[in-house]
Amino acid sequence: MELSTLWFLLIALLFIGYFVLEGFDFGVGMLLPVLGRDERERRVLINTIGPVWDGNEVWLITAGGAMFAAFPEWYATLFSGFYLPLLLILLALILRGVAFEYRGKRPATSWRRRWDWCIVFGSAVPAFLWGVAFANIVRGVPLNAAHDYTGSLFTLLNVYAILGGLTTVALFLTHGAIFLALKTTGEIRQRANRLAERVGVAAAIAAVLFLGVTLLRRATPSAVTLAVLAALCLVGGLISNRAPSRTDPEGRREGWAFAGTAAAIALAVASLFADLYPFVLPSTVDPLTNSLTVTNASSTPYTLKIMTWVALVFTPIVLLYQGWTYWVFRKRIGVQHIPDEAAQMPAPGGRAVG
Amino acid sequence: MDATELARWQFGITTVYHFLFVPITIGLSFLVAGLQTAWSRTGNEKWLKLTKFYGKLLLINFAMGVVTGLVQEFQFGMNWSVYSRFVGDIFGAPLALEALLAFFLESTFLGLWIFGWDKLPKRIHLACIWIVAVGTVLSAAFILAANSWMQNPVGFRINPERGRAELTDFGAVLTNKVALITLPHTVTGAFLTAGALMAAVAMWHLVRRPGRDTEAFRSAVKLGSWTSLVAMALLFITGDIQGKIMTEVQPMKMAAAEALYTTEQPAPFSLFTIGTLDGSRPVWSLDVPRLLSFLATGTFDGRVQGINDLQAEYAARFGPGEYKPNIPVTYWSFRLMIGLGVLAALLALWSLWSIRKGRSPAPGRRSTRFLMWGMIALPLLPLAANSFGWIFTEMGRQPWIVFSQMKTAIAASPSASSGDVITSLVVYTLLYGALAVVEVGLLVHYARAGLPDVAPPPETASDEDRPLAFAY
Repeated sequence: MELSTLWFLLIALLFIGYFVLEGFDFGVGMLLPVLGRDERERRVLINTIGPVWDGNEVWLITAGGAMFAAFPEWYATLFSGFYLPLLLILLALILRGVAFEYRGKRPATSWRRRWDWCIVFGSAVPAFLWGVAFANIVRGVPLNAAHDYTGSLFTLLNVYAILGGLTTVALFLTHGAIFLALKTTGEIRQRANRLAERVGVAAAIAAVLFLGVTLLRRATPSAVTLAVLAALCLVGGLISNRAPSRTDPEGRREGWAFAGTAAAIALAVASLFADLYPFVLPSTVDPLTNSLTVTNASSTPYTLKIMTWVALVFTPIVLLYQGWTYWVFRKRIGVQHIPDEAAQMPAPGGRAVG
Repeated sequence: MDATELARWQFGITTVYHFLFVPITIGLSFLVAGLQTAWSRTGNEKWLKLTKFYGKLLLINFAMGVVTGLVQEFQFGMNWSVYSRFVGDIFGAPLALEALLAFFLESTFLGLWIFGWDKLPKRIHLACIWIVAVGTVLSAAFILAANSWMQNPVGFRINPERGRAELTDFGAVLTNKVALITLPHTVTGAFLTAGALMAAVAMWHLVRRPGRDTEAFRSAVKLGSWTSLVAMALLFITGDIQGKIMTEVQPMKMAAAEALYTTEQPAPFSLFTIGTLDGSRPVWSLDVPRLLSFLATGTFDGRVQGINDLQAEYAARFGPGEYKPNIPVTYWSFRLMIGLGVLAALLALWSLWSIRKGRSPAPGRRSTRFLMWGMIALPLLPLAANSFGWIFTEMGRQPWIVFSQMKTAIAASPSASSGDVITSLVVYTLLYGALAVVEVGLLVHYARAGLPDVAPPPETASDEDRPLAFAY
């Protein structure tokens, strides 16, 4: 296999990792005001992703870095062309990241409500815009002969892309709800399970529509297979989510359900990449000459070779220690596990002495 | 202003802002790891309290470093697509490796450290913060290798067909002599900053809250101040070597640091100049004879090339054009970098002096009041010095974005309009300003709060329902 094709696969893998992992923490973020009815419940939700969300986001940074290194033309065209949507995504991620860390640092309700909205906004906006972005990548955008984007913001906001955005939002909501059902106890778990049933149906409809339209435009056998598998996994996950757990009469088969949504997201993203190949960014203007492909966008074989060695050695190590983190924090969390505020807040009396 | 100029302002603002958090993160993660190691070795509770106290300040700071770093990763493509196409084959690799090797380590093990207090065996928990600390330096090594390539491109050839620079020797990029000296200089700058922050906060408590956790805060003043002093000594050494390498690879930058227009042998170094720095005679300047010769060449009678001669030489080599950077900016940022750093070290020395042999600064005395003002300045000075250092390095390279290979003027994205760049410039500036207020407010709040209570939580009936040791 050509190294540039291998790197196309690796970048697909990085984005799959990103959407599967950050997908559920986007979902948790969007569901914060829905499933967290009081302060303690909202803290339960945030703490299910507390130790892992930052590591999940590094998948995006690595994907961006890998694009820059392996396909500089793709990186340059895409990031300068999708300027305003990317700006919005970055702003959202900045607010979200700071919100997780700072929200609990002051006791005032107004302080916390403001950060809560940052978390909701910071999760919903990228969840939607990543769908829009990937729909446009697969569909193609106007590029000139120098591979520069010549459209505007509104070129990117077409019906198909908006359908893509709605699909990712619905998928991540389902994925997040099932993650919460898997990671919490008591009433939050019940509510999350019930919610997943309803959003799951919407996600399934949106995903089938979106992947269907995608494959009607251009279908490769591998993309079709992957899309069908994605749909099956999603349906399987949603059915598991209705099946009662064998060990816990209160619960459902959340582990299987989560595996189902995770696999569905992974396969759906894989299907998009399979449909895209050998392009990395097709041009809607003079597609034969102006499109970016794995060949004309790639770095030199020497650079790719070095990167390949490093990736082969270190990616398994990263997977190992990230997996270990999930194992360390595998226990379910309930309201009883949330420590009292007084223990963590600096004593208000401290100020008077100063 | 055209789109390039706007993109430059944006890069300057987002990068200087990002680099306010980076040095504190690098230095403080090592210092906190050291504190926790002291606790693990001695069992003395004061070290645990200090670990948690400074650990909290580290986390408040870390969050900002992470989210502002996101912008760094994306803005090369967004604002500088021509540059990205030209250098991607070389510049992208260290960025990708930084993410894969360093960012994953930092973020994953920091999560384990924050939430793992009661979940991990003590030694493994301690190892987590050390891994975070090592990760920060690893990250610095990669990003500085990338930046150093822009200062002194090595290990590449130009492919005229593709119109881009292509990697021929990755080892040469990683062992670029500019990178090898910039890394220790930057990391010691980080230690100067973090030590200053640690000492200043502790001293504030000693003076304003006498009798509370005195022993612990005395230890923190000593640790922080000594860290800063040792760092300053190393900054002189690394900075001196760096200056000589810079003279070798970018003589114009050294000439610009002194506003030296005509070649001189030996050349003096001016501490201050009153004048325009445009090559006309200064109104007044305070000169140290032969010092620039020493800084640039290592001998007191070395020859230092002047701006006008270099301009003529470059015009002959690269074609007509202006090859000198903005001289007032390079001249003053160079002095402020050194001067503010030295001032910080002096303040650190003062704080050590004021608690020598079991003494403590007496509240109410005038000298103590001055000391308190000094302590407010102490962490700010190295932060400013770091920023001026970077402003000097980057502005001193102009008009080049990649020295001798590509000019900044042609590097910006053609598809990003002025409107796009203005929008993002305004939005980032407003958001960063607001976040700065929030962040400083929290830092001050938690710094004033003093050491936390580290008594173990009361035993509850069942282990299953025990509250988390830490929760957001």
